[in-house]
Amino acid sequence: MITRLQQFLFALLLVGCVALAAILIRMRQQAQDRLAALPQPTPLAQPDNAPEVSVIWMMPNDMTGALTSEQKTLALPSDPSERARDLLNQLIASWSAPGSQHPVDAKAGVESVFLLPVPGDASHQLAVINFNAAFPPAQPSGIEPETLTLLSIIQTLHADFPSIEQVRFLVDGHAQPTLAGHADLTRTYQVENAAPQPTS
Amino acid sequence: MRGIAQQPPAQPAHQFVIVLDPAHGGSDSGAKISPALEEKSITLEMATHLRTLLQARGFSVIMTRTGDTDPDLTTRAGLANHAQAAACLILHATASGAGVHLFTSSLAPAPRTAVPAWATAQAGYVNASIRLSSDLDAALTPTGIPVVVGRTFLQPLDNLTCPAVAVELAPMQSGSITRGETLDDPHYQTQVLTAITAALMQWRQDWSSQP
Repeated sequence: MITRLQQFLFALLLVGCVALAAILIRMRQQAQDRLAALPQPTPLAQPDNAPEVSVIWMMPNDMTGALTSEQKTLALPSDPSERARDLLNQLIASWSAPGSQHPVDAKAGVESVFLLPVPGDASHQLAVINFNAAFPPAQPSGIEPETLTLLSIIQTLHADFPSIEQVRFLVDGHAQPTLAGHADLTRTYQVENAAPQPTS
Repeated sequence: MRGIAQQPPAQPAHQFVIVLDPAHGGSDSGAKISPALEEKSITLEMATHLRTLLQARGFSVIMTRTGDTDPDLTTRAGLANHAQAAACLILHATASGAGVHLFTSSLAPAPRTAVPAWATAQAGYVNASIRLSSDLDAALTPTGIPVVVGRTFLQPLDNLTCPAVAVELAPMQSGSITRGETLDDPHYQTQVLTAITAALMQWRQDWSSQP
Protein backbone atom coordinates (compact mmCIF):
# COMPACT_ATOMS: atom_id res chain seq x y z
CA MET A 1 0.00 0.00 0.00
CA ILE A 2 1.51 3.36 -1.01
CA THR A 3 0.98 6.52 0.95
CA ARG A 4 -0.92 9.55 -0.31
CA LEU A 5 2.37 11.48 -0.48
CA GLN A 6 3.89 8.82 -2.76
CA GLN A 7 0.78 8.91 -4.97
CA PHE A 8 1.12 12.69 -5.24
CA LEU A 9 4.85 12.44 -6.11
CA PHE A 10 4.19 9.79 -8.78
CA ALA A 11 1.48 11.92 -10.37
CA LEU A 12 3.82 14.94 -10.29
CA LEU A 13 6.61 12.99 -12.01
CA LEU A 14 4.21 11.72 -14.66
CA VAL A 15 2.99 15.21 -15.44
CA GLY A 16 6.61 16.41 -15.56
CA CYS A 17 7.55 13.68 -18.06
CA VAL A 18 4.67 14.49 -20.36
CA ALA A 19 5.47 18.20 -20.22
CA LEU A 20 9.17 17.57 -20.94
CA ALA A 21 8.29 15.34 -23.91
CA ALA A 22 6.06 18.07 -25.33
CA ILE A 23 8.81 20.65 -24.94
CA LEU A 24 11.39 18.38 -26.68
CA ILE A 25 9.05 17.68 -29.59
CA ARG A 26 8.47 21.39 -30.02
CA MET A 27 12.21 22.19 -29.87
CA ARG A 28 12.95 19.49 -32.47
CA GLN A 29 10.37 20.98 -34.80
CA GLN A 30 11.87 24.45 -34.36
CA ALA A 31 15.39 23.11 -35.12
CA GLN A 32 14.11 21.45 -38.30
CA ASP A 33 12.46 24.68 -39.37
CA ARG A 34 15.70 26.61 -38.79
CA LEU A 35 17.74 24.08 -40.85
CA ALA A 36 15.21 24.14 -43.65
CA ALA A 37 15.49 27.92 -43.80
CA LEU A 38 19.29 27.77 -44.38
CA PRO A 39 20.69 27.94 -47.94
CA GLN A 40 21.21 24.50 -49.59
CA PRO A 41 24.70 23.34 -48.49
CA THR A 42 25.28 20.75 -51.23
CA PRO A 43 26.45 21.80 -54.70
CA LEU A 44 23.65 22.48 -57.12
CA ALA A 45 23.25 20.42 -60.21
CA GLN A 46 24.45 21.99 -63.41
CA PRO A 47 22.16 24.93 -64.14
CA ASP A 48 19.78 24.46 -67.03
CA ASN A 49 20.92 27.68 -68.59
CA ALA A 50 24.61 26.62 -68.85
CA PRO A 51 25.70 27.56 -72.35
CA GLU A 52 26.20 24.75 -74.81
CA VAL A 53 29.70 24.67 -76.21
CA SER A 54 31.43 22.65 -78.87
CA VAL A 55 34.17 20.35 -77.55
CA ILE A 56 36.40 17.59 -78.90
CA TRP A 57 36.59 14.12 -77.38
CA MET A 58 39.53 11.88 -78.21
CA MET A 59 37.79 8.51 -78.19
CA PRO A 60 39.88 5.38 -77.58
CA ASN A 61 39.40 2.07 -79.35
CA ASP A 62 40.83 -1.05 -77.71
CA MET A 63 40.66 -3.12 -80.89
CA THR A 64 42.73 -0.73 -82.99
CA GLY A 65 44.75 0.90 -80.20
CA ALA A 66 43.94 4.30 -81.70
CA LEU A 67 42.23 7.54 -80.68
CA THR A 68 39.74 9.23 -82.95
CA SER A 69 38.40 12.75 -82.49
CA GLU A 70 34.66 13.33 -82.12
CA GLN A 71 33.02 16.73 -81.94
CA LYS A 72 30.35 17.10 -79.25
CA THR A 73 28.05 19.86 -78.08
CA LEU A 74 27.74 19.90 -74.30
CA ALA A 75 26.33 22.19 -71.63
CA LEU A 76 29.29 22.92 -69.36
CA PRO A 77 29.80 25.26 -66.41
CA SER A 78 31.79 28.42 -67.02
CA ASP A 79 34.22 27.89 -64.11
CA PRO A 80 37.32 26.30 -65.75
CA SER A 81 37.93 23.64 -63.08
CA GLU A 82 34.28 22.58 -62.99
CA ARG A 83 34.12 22.69 -66.75
CA ALA A 84 37.19 20.42 -67.07
CA ARG A 85 35.76 18.01 -64.49
CA ASP A 86 32.37 17.80 -66.19
CA LEU A 87 33.96 17.46 -69.62
CA LEU A 88 36.03 14.48 -68.44
CA ASN A 89 33.15 12.90 -66.54
CA GLN A 90 30.95 12.99 -69.62
CA LEU A 91 33.78 11.53 -71.71
CA ILE A 92 34.38 8.74 -69.16
CA ALA A 93 30.63 8.06 -68.83
CA SER A 94 30.48 7.46 -72.58
CA TRP A 95 32.94 4.57 -72.14
CA SER A 96 30.38 2.61 -70.13
CA ALA A 97 27.71 2.83 -72.84
CA PRO A 98 26.69 -0.41 -74.58
CA GLY A 99 28.89 -1.08 -77.58
CA SER A 100 31.73 1.08 -76.26
CA GLN A 101 35.07 0.40 -77.95
CA HIS A 102 36.85 1.15 -74.68
CA PRO A 103 34.64 -0.33 -71.95
CA VAL A 104 35.17 1.11 -68.46
CA ASP A 105 32.70 0.53 -65.63
CA ALA A 106 30.21 3.35 -64.99
CA LYS A 107 31.52 3.84 -61.44
CA ALA A 108 34.72 5.44 -62.81
CA GLY A 109 34.82 9.20 -62.67
CA VAL A 110 36.76 12.35 -61.87
CA GLU A 111 36.16 13.92 -58.46
CA SER A 112 37.95 17.17 -59.17
CA VAL A 113 40.32 18.95 -61.51
CA PHE A 114 42.74 21.56 -60.19
CA LEU A 115 44.22 24.03 -62.65
CA LEU A 116 47.49 25.54 -61.46
CA PRO A 117 50.03 27.79 -63.17
CA VAL A 118 53.16 26.00 -64.37
CA PRO A 119 56.03 27.22 -62.17
CA GLY A 120 58.01 29.84 -64.07
CA ASP A 121 55.52 29.92 -66.94
CA ALA A 122 52.34 31.77 -66.03
CA SER A 123 50.89 31.40 -69.52
CA HIS A 124 50.57 27.62 -69.19
CA GLN A 125 48.73 25.42 -66.72
CA LEU A 126 49.24 22.18 -64.85
CA ALA A 127 46.04 20.13 -64.53
CA VAL A 128 45.85 17.84 -61.52
CA ILE A 129 43.14 15.26 -62.18
CA ASN A 130 41.78 13.51 -59.11
CA PHE A 131 40.11 10.21 -60.06
CA ASN A 132 37.49 8.78 -57.70
CA ALA A 133 38.38 5.72 -55.63
CA ALA A 134 36.23 3.53 -57.90
CA PHE A 135 38.29 4.37 -60.99
CA PRO A 136 41.17 1.84 -60.70
CA PRO A 137 38.91 -1.19 -60.12
CA ALA A 138 36.59 0.02 -62.90
CA GLN A 139 39.46 0.35 -65.39
CA PRO A 140 40.35 -2.85 -67.32
CA SER A 141 43.92 -3.80 -66.43
CA GLY A 142 46.51 -3.86 -69.20
CA ILE A 143 49.12 -1.69 -70.89
CA GLU A 144 46.91 -0.88 -73.87
CA PRO A 145 43.61 -0.07 -72.10
CA GLU A 146 45.32 1.98 -69.39
CA THR A 147 47.51 3.87 -71.87
CA LEU A 148 44.48 4.68 -74.01
CA THR A 149 42.58 5.96 -70.97
CA LEU A 150 45.37 8.37 -70.03
CA LEU A 151 45.99 9.49 -73.62
CA SER A 152 42.29 10.09 -74.20
CA ILE A 153 41.99 12.20 -71.05
CA ILE A 154 45.18 14.18 -71.69
CA GLN A 155 44.41 14.88 -75.32
CA THR A 156 40.72 15.68 -74.71
CA LEU A 157 41.69 18.12 -71.99
CA HIS A 158 44.36 19.74 -74.15
CA ALA A 159 41.99 20.05 -77.12
CA ASP A 160 39.54 22.08 -75.03
CA PHE A 161 42.07 23.83 -72.78
CA PRO A 162 45.08 24.63 -74.98
CA SER A 163 46.80 26.38 -72.08
CA ILE A 164 47.17 23.04 -70.24
CA GLU A 165 50.71 21.83 -70.84
CA GLN A 166 51.21 19.40 -67.99
CA VAL A 167 48.95 16.79 -66.37
CA ARG A 168 49.25 14.84 -63.14
CA PHE A 169 46.93 12.16 -61.78
CA LEU A 170 45.76 11.35 -58.27
CA VAL A 171 43.34 8.69 -57.06
CA ASP A 172 40.99 9.73 -54.26
CA GLY A 173 43.40 12.51 -53.32
CA HIS A 174 46.50 10.32 -53.17
CA ALA A 175 49.42 9.62 -55.50
CA GLN A 176 49.36 6.05 -56.83
CA PRO A 177 52.09 4.11 -58.66
CA THR A 178 49.84 2.91 -61.49
CA LEU A 179 46.31 3.29 -62.82
CA ALA A 180 45.35 -0.40 -62.70
CA GLY A 181 48.70 -2.19 -62.45
CA HIS A 182 50.41 -0.84 -65.58
CA ALA A 183 50.27 2.82 -66.71
CA ASP A 184 52.58 4.97 -64.58
CA LEU A 185 50.82 7.61 -62.48
CA THR A 186 53.91 8.88 -60.69
CA ARG A 187 55.07 11.21 -63.44
CA THR A 188 53.99 14.60 -64.68
CA TYR A 189 52.82 14.23 -68.25
CA GLN A 190 53.98 16.86 -70.71
CA VAL A 191 51.09 17.22 -73.12
CA GLU A 192 53.20 18.19 -76.11
CA ASN A 193 55.61 15.32 -75.51
CA ALA A 194 52.98 12.76 -74.53
CA ALA A 195 53.21 9.47 -76.33
CA PRO A 196 51.97 9.80 -79.87
CA GLN A 197 48.69 8.21 -80.71
CA PRO A 198 49.17 4.47 -81.14
CA THR A 199 48.68 3.27 -84.65
CA SER A 200 47.43 -0.09 -85.76
CA MET B 1 67.54 -12.83 -54.14
CA ARG B 2 64.49 -15.05 -54.18
CA GLY B 3 62.74 -15.10 -57.55
CA ILE B 4 65.81 -14.37 -59.59
CA ALA B 5 66.43 -17.25 -61.92
CA GLN B 6 70.06 -16.60 -62.67
CA GLN B 7 72.57 -14.10 -61.50
CA PRO B 8 73.74 -12.19 -64.53
CA PRO B 9 77.07 -13.57 -65.60
CA ALA B 10 79.77 -11.17 -66.67
CA GLN B 11 78.95 -10.95 -70.35
CA PRO B 12 81.35 -9.81 -73.00
CA ALA B 13 79.79 -6.78 -74.68
CA HIS B 14 79.36 -8.59 -78.00
CA GLN B 15 77.55 -11.65 -76.62
CA PHE B 16 73.90 -11.81 -77.64
CA VAL B 17 71.81 -12.01 -74.52
CA ILE B 18 68.01 -11.82 -74.34
CA VAL B 19 66.32 -10.77 -71.10
CA LEU B 20 62.75 -11.93 -70.56
CA ASP B 21 60.75 -10.21 -67.83
CA PRO B 22 57.49 -12.03 -67.02
CA ALA B 23 55.59 -9.13 -65.43
CA HIS B 24 53.89 -9.34 -62.02
CA GLY B 25 54.19 -12.43 -59.79
CA GLY B 26 53.80 -13.30 -56.13
CA SER B 27 51.21 -11.11 -54.43
CA ASP B 28 50.93 -8.98 -57.58
CA SER B 29 48.70 -11.11 -59.78
CA GLY B 30 48.30 -8.46 -62.50
CA ALA B 31 45.15 -8.41 -64.59
CA LYS B 32 42.36 -10.83 -63.79
CA ILE B 33 41.86 -12.39 -67.21
CA SER B 34 39.04 -14.70 -66.09
CA PRO B 35 37.95 -16.08 -62.71
CA ALA B 36 40.54 -18.85 -63.00
CA LEU B 37 43.25 -17.07 -64.98
CA GLU B 38 45.68 -14.41 -63.77
CA GLU B 39 48.11 -12.34 -65.79
CA LYS B 40 51.13 -13.39 -63.70
CA SER B 41 50.61 -17.06 -64.66
CA ILE B 42 50.29 -16.33 -68.36
CA THR B 43 53.41 -14.15 -68.45
CA LEU B 44 55.47 -16.80 -66.66
CA GLU B 45 54.15 -19.53 -68.95
CA MET B 46 54.96 -17.44 -72.02
CA ALA B 47 58.46 -16.57 -70.78
CA THR B 48 59.30 -20.17 -69.93
CA HIS B 49 58.10 -21.38 -73.32
CA LEU B 50 59.92 -18.57 -75.12
CA ARG B 51 63.15 -19.29 -73.25
CA THR B 52 63.02 -22.89 -74.48
CA LEU B 53 62.49 -21.78 -78.07
CA LEU B 54 65.31 -19.24 -77.88
CA GLN B 55 67.81 -21.52 -76.16
CA ALA B 56 67.16 -24.16 -78.82
CA ARG B 57 68.38 -21.58 -81.34
CA GLY B 58 71.54 -20.74 -79.44
CA PHE B 59 70.42 -17.62 -77.59
CA SER B 60 71.61 -16.88 -74.10
CA VAL B 61 68.47 -16.11 -72.06
CA ILE B 62 68.03 -14.53 -68.65
CA MET B 63 64.66 -14.45 -66.92
CA THR B 64 63.86 -12.00 -64.15
CA ARG B 65 61.79 -14.64 -62.39
CA THR B 66 61.16 -18.35 -62.87
CA GLY B 67 58.56 -18.90 -60.17
CA ASP B 68 55.62 -17.21 -58.52
CA THR B 69 57.70 -14.40 -57.01
CA ASP B 70 57.69 -10.65 -57.49
CA PRO B 71 61.15 -9.09 -57.77
CA ASP B 72 60.71 -5.33 -57.52
CA LEU B 73 60.96 -3.22 -60.64
CA THR B 74 64.40 -1.88 -59.73
CA THR B 75 65.75 -5.41 -59.37
CA ARG B 76 64.28 -6.44 -62.70
CA ALA B 77 65.79 -3.43 -64.50
CA GLY B 78 69.13 -3.86 -62.74
CA LEU B 79 69.32 -7.48 -63.82
CA ALA B 80 68.67 -6.58 -67.45
CA ASN B 81 71.11 -3.67 -67.40
CA HIS B 82 73.94 -5.69 -65.87
CA ALA B 83 73.46 -8.38 -68.51
CA GLN B 84 74.14 -5.81 -71.26
CA ALA B 85 71.32 -7.47 -73.14
CA ALA B 86 70.86 -7.17 -76.88
CA ALA B 87 67.09 -7.25 -76.40
CA CYS B 88 64.77 -7.02 -73.41
CA LEU B 89 61.17 -8.19 -73.64
CA ILE B 90 58.71 -7.36 -70.87
CA LEU B 91 55.83 -9.81 -71.13
CA HIS B 92 52.28 -8.83 -70.17
CA ALA B 93 48.75 -10.08 -70.86
CA THR B 94 45.36 -8.40 -70.91
CA ALA B 95 41.74 -9.28 -71.53
CA SER B 96 41.22 -6.05 -73.49
CA GLY B 97 41.69 -5.60 -77.21
CA ALA B 98 42.86 -8.36 -79.50
CA GLY B 99 46.08 -9.91 -80.76
CA VAL B 100 49.48 -8.64 -79.69
CA HIS B 101 50.28 -5.14 -78.39
CA LEU B 102 53.86 -3.93 -78.82
CA PHE B 103 54.83 -0.93 -76.73
CA THR B 104 58.05 1.04 -76.49
CA SER B 105 58.97 3.82 -74.08
CA SER B 106 57.39 7.24 -74.57
CA LEU B 107 60.72 8.93 -73.74
CA ALA B 108 62.12 11.18 -76.42
CA PRO B 109 65.23 9.69 -78.06
CA ALA B 110 68.51 11.04 -76.71
CA PRO B 111 72.21 10.23 -77.21
CA ARG B 112 73.55 7.39 -75.08
CA THR B 113 75.69 8.45 -72.15
CA ALA B 114 78.20 6.53 -70.05
CA VAL B 115 76.17 7.07 -66.90
CA PRO B 116 72.53 7.56 -67.86
CA ALA B 117 69.98 8.92 -65.41
CA TRP B 118 67.95 6.08 -63.92
CA ALA B 119 64.53 7.56 -64.72
CA THR B 120 65.40 8.16 -68.37
CA ALA B 121 67.95 5.40 -69.00
CA GLN B 122 65.91 4.07 -71.93
CA ALA B 123 66.14 7.39 -73.82
CA GLY B 124 69.45 6.37 -75.44
CA TYR B 125 67.88 3.12 -76.67
CA VAL B 126 64.47 4.34 -77.84
CA ASN B 127 65.35 4.26 -81.54
CA ALA B 128 66.76 0.73 -81.23
CA SER B 129 63.65 -0.29 -79.28
CA ILE B 130 61.40 1.03 -82.05
CA ARG B 131 63.44 -0.97 -84.60
CA LEU B 132 63.07 -4.10 -82.47
CA SER B 133 59.34 -3.46 -82.19
CA SER B 134 59.19 -3.09 -85.95
CA ASP B 135 60.95 -6.48 -86.40
CA LEU B 136 58.44 -8.08 -84.02
CA ASP B 137 55.55 -6.49 -85.91
CA ALA B 138 56.95 -7.75 -89.23
CA ALA B 139 57.25 -11.29 -87.87
CA LEU B 140 53.74 -11.32 -86.39
CA THR B 141 51.87 -9.79 -89.33
CA PRO B 142 52.09 -12.87 -91.62
CA THR B 143 50.40 -14.98 -88.92
CA GLY B 144 47.21 -12.95 -89.30
CA ILE B 145 47.23 -12.01 -85.61
CA PRO B 146 46.25 -8.34 -85.16
CA VAL B 147 49.15 -6.20 -83.93
CA VAL B 148 48.91 -2.82 -82.20
CA VAL B 149 52.11 -0.77 -82.01
CA GLY B 150 52.42 2.18 -79.65
CA ARG B 151 54.35 4.11 -77.02
CA THR B 152 53.54 3.90 -73.35
CA PHE B 153 54.31 4.99 -69.80
CA LEU B 154 55.37 1.78 -68.08
CA GLN B 155 57.90 0.87 -65.44
CA PRO B 156 60.55 -0.54 -65.61
CA LEU B 157 60.67 0.14 -69.36
CA ASP B 158 62.18 3.62 -68.91
CA ASN B 159 64.99 2.29 -66.70
CA LEU B 160 66.38 -0.26 -69.17
CA THR B 161 69.68 0.23 -71.00
CA CYS B 162 68.85 -2.20 -73.79
CA PRO B 163 66.53 -2.24 -76.79
CA ALA B 164 63.30 -2.94 -74.94
CA VAL B 165 59.74 -3.75 -75.95
CA ALA B 166 56.72 -4.56 -73.79
CA VAL B 167 54.87 -7.41 -75.47
CA GLU B 168 51.27 -7.68 -74.30
CA LEU B 169 49.23 -10.72 -75.31
CA ALA B 170 45.52 -9.99 -75.81
CA PRO B 171 42.76 -12.48 -76.65
CA MET B 172 42.28 -14.06 -80.03
CA GLN B 173 39.80 -12.28 -82.21
CA SER B 174 36.93 -14.00 -83.95
CA GLY B 175 35.06 -11.35 -85.92
CA SER B 176 34.35 -8.63 -83.40
CA ILE B 177 34.39 -11.04 -80.45
CA THR B 178 37.27 -11.79 -78.09
CA ARG B 179 37.37 -13.97 -75.01
CA GLY B 180 39.99 -13.74 -72.29
CA GLU B 181 40.17 -17.51 -71.92
CA THR B 182 41.81 -17.79 -75.33
CA LEU B 183 44.99 -16.33 -73.82
CA ASP B 184 45.62 -19.73 -72.29
CA ASP B 185 45.31 -21.51 -75.64
CA PRO B 186 48.62 -23.33 -76.26
CA HIS B 187 48.23 -23.12 -80.04
CA TYR B 188 47.71 -19.35 -79.90
CA GLN B 189 50.64 -18.83 -77.55
CA THR B 190 52.91 -21.02 -79.69
CA GLN B 191 51.98 -19.06 -82.80
CA VAL B 192 52.89 -15.78 -81.10
CA LEU B 193 56.07 -17.06 -79.46
CA THR B 194 57.32 -18.69 -82.66
CA ALA B 195 56.91 -15.34 -84.44
CA ILE B 196 58.77 -13.56 -81.63
CA THR B 197 61.59 -16.10 -81.91
CA ALA B 198 61.81 -15.48 -85.65
CA ALA B 199 61.95 -11.73 -85.02
CA LEU B 200 64.78 -12.14 -82.51
CA MET B 201 66.73 -14.29 -84.97
CA GLN B 202 66.38 -11.47 -87.48
CA TRP B 203 67.40 -9.02 -84.75
CA ARG B 204 70.53 -11.07 -83.99
CA GLN B 205 71.43 -11.08 -87.66
CA ASP B 206 71.00 -7.29 -87.84
CA TRP B 207 72.88 -6.92 -84.55
CA SER B 208 75.93 -8.79 -85.85
CA SER B 209 76.10 -6.52 -88.88
CA GLN B 210 76.11 -3.39 -86.70
CA PRO B 211 79.46 -1.73 -85.98
